[in-house]
Amino acid sequence: MSRTPDVQAPAVETRGLERRYPASRGAPEVVALAGVDLRIERGEVFGLLGPNGAGKTTCIKILNTLLFPSGGEARVAGFDVVREAQEVRRRIGLVSGGENSGYGILTVRECLWMFSQFYGVPGAVANPRIDQLLKVVDLADLAHTRINRLSTGQRQRMNFARGFVSDPEILFLDEPTLGMDVNAARMLRDFVLAWVRERAGRTVLLTTHYMAEADQMCDRIAIVDRGRVLACDTPATLRRSVQGGQHVELEVRDGGTDAAALEGAIGVPVAWGAPHPERGTRTLKFRLPEGRVLGQTLRALEERGISVQGVATRETSLEDAFIHIVGRTLDDDAPGGGA
Amino acid sequence: MSRTLAGEAMLFVRAARARAYVRIVGSFREPNGLLADAVFPNLGMCAFVMMYRALGAPAYYEALAVIGGILTTYWVNVLWGMGAQFYWEKQAGQLQLYFAAPCSRMAILAGMAAGGLLASMLRSLVGVALAVFVFRVQLEPFSPWHLAAVFFATMAALYTLGMIMASLFLLYGREAWHTCNAFMEPAFFLSGLYFPIRTLGAFGAVAAALLPLTLGVDALRQVLLGVRSPGLMPVRWEFAALCGFAVLYFFVARWSLRHLENLSKREGRLTQRWQ
Repeated sequence: MSRTPDVQAPAVETRGLERRYPASRGAPEVVALAGVDLRIERGEVFGLLGPNGAGKTTCIKILNTLLFPSGGEARVAGFDVVREAQEVRRRIGLVSGGENSGYGILTVRECLWMFSQFYGVPGAVANPRIDQLLKVVDLADLAHTRINRLSTGQRQRMNFARGFVSDPEILFLDEPTLGMDVNAARMLRDFVLAWVRERAGRTVLLTTHYMAEADQMCDRIAIVDRGRVLACDTPATLRRSVQGGQHVELEVRDGGTDAAALEGAIGVPVAWGAPHPERGTRTLKFRLPEGRVLGQTLRALEERGISVQGVATRETSLEDAFIHIVGRTLDDDAPGGGA
Repeated sequence: MSRTLAGEAMLFVRAARARAYVRIVGSFREPNGLLADAVFPNLGMCAFVMMYRALGAPAYYEALAVIGGILTTYWVNVLWGMGAQFYWEKQAGQLQLYFAAPCSRMAILAGMAAGGLLASMLRSLVGVALAVFVFRVQLEPFSPWHLAAVFFATMAALYTLGMIMASLFLLYGREAWHTCNAFMEPAFFLSGLYFPIRTLGAFGAVAAALLPLTLGVDALRQVLLGVRSPGLMPVRWEFAALCGFAVLYFFVARWSLRHLENLSKREGRLTQRWQ
């Protein structure tokens, strides 16, 4: 018989969580998690933010009982994810962006009903809940449409609704708005926030590639890289960690100078932002320390043959904090990263 | 939060029913699929019936091929609809949703088995209709109770074997695929689906009797064809062996699922796609 749940226990707690994939077939050992300590309280929307290969998905898989840790300990709702996996599964829900859940032959409604049954939700509870979720994800008109006739975005929204059919205590959202259009993503973010607010003790652990999403939704954010938590705090505190100076974004015409060479030239860490192929330019981001004059920096760039097309300065954003802490942008691949 | 035995049982039933629903709906929702799944696969059986007729073989050979053809339906479903199903689920990224849910993995497999059995029944009924109304294949008077007992014992043994195969896909990808392939034609041959099993000779027949499919085919032939189909052993022995296989396979499948699930979580292969 199962142990009585400890309602005071944090929603998620990890201590020294490790996950290593041993070397095999010529591939070196990969350290996906190298001692992660997290404590997520009930009622929080908590974000895991990190570049590709930082270990976010590995962490989510372990917390969802889909992967064993190589070391350390992880608890969800007070239950050990390895020894008390069944108790953990009763309390969690998982939505991964871009996943293909359900069977094409089923209708949207049937698919959601099927997943509700895997959680033992009685029909009298599941059916009205499914109706409500279909309205939330704007699929009520397509409730009786087969899944194989849905567009990718519609399918994404159905997957999102699937995560809520069991009304879990702790919901894991792994890049949930990946590939969604702006309006749908906004609608779903609002729904998650309302869902947490209206249900005492409900917790969300979110991984995302979108800084603005993390900034808007999360009570606290852990910035992870190469399997380690580098910082963990509220978005406002993380932003404040980047003190002083000026945040500068230059639109430059550049033949491919690497960031290290630029850092040597202007004396501050820089990061390349998104390219603008239509104008043949890229964004170069850096924080200019107090006391430094922007004009000198621009001249240093011009001397290296980099033509500056536009200049913008702004307030500290979460992305600035991220670059400051991790040393690169969210889109840069981590060398030797994990899963 | 259902934590009582009754709650667990209800969760099992709900999960199995939901998984079976997909199979049943999938079989009847697409008319094209119905034709392809229920009618055309019986043409192979028809070919054997016509071949025996052309050769002037005794009439019971035709009935023998019909019974074999009907069981072929279920064996194919066991291999590709049960055994290989977790491979498809894994490729689609859906397996992780099953394994993050609180329902028993055996409930998912039981649902797949029940749904597959019911869906395959349509194809076998088409086969029976072709045999009786088109080819006028003659059966001996038989006891429906004996037929039901032998049929369900055969199905229990076959589908629990399918559960064991399914568990292999938790850890292995294409390797287990090859295992399914390896079971296909050799099992067709050793089970004597389209010819009298005794043709294999004494040693061949003994080896074949280790397969539940062989025992099921032989027992059904004995029930439906009477003395025209001398069996490998008495029907009641074959029935007992099939029941024994079903129980044994069930427990092996349960152990295998748990063991391979743990191993695949340790190696990180449970959620790994494209392996």
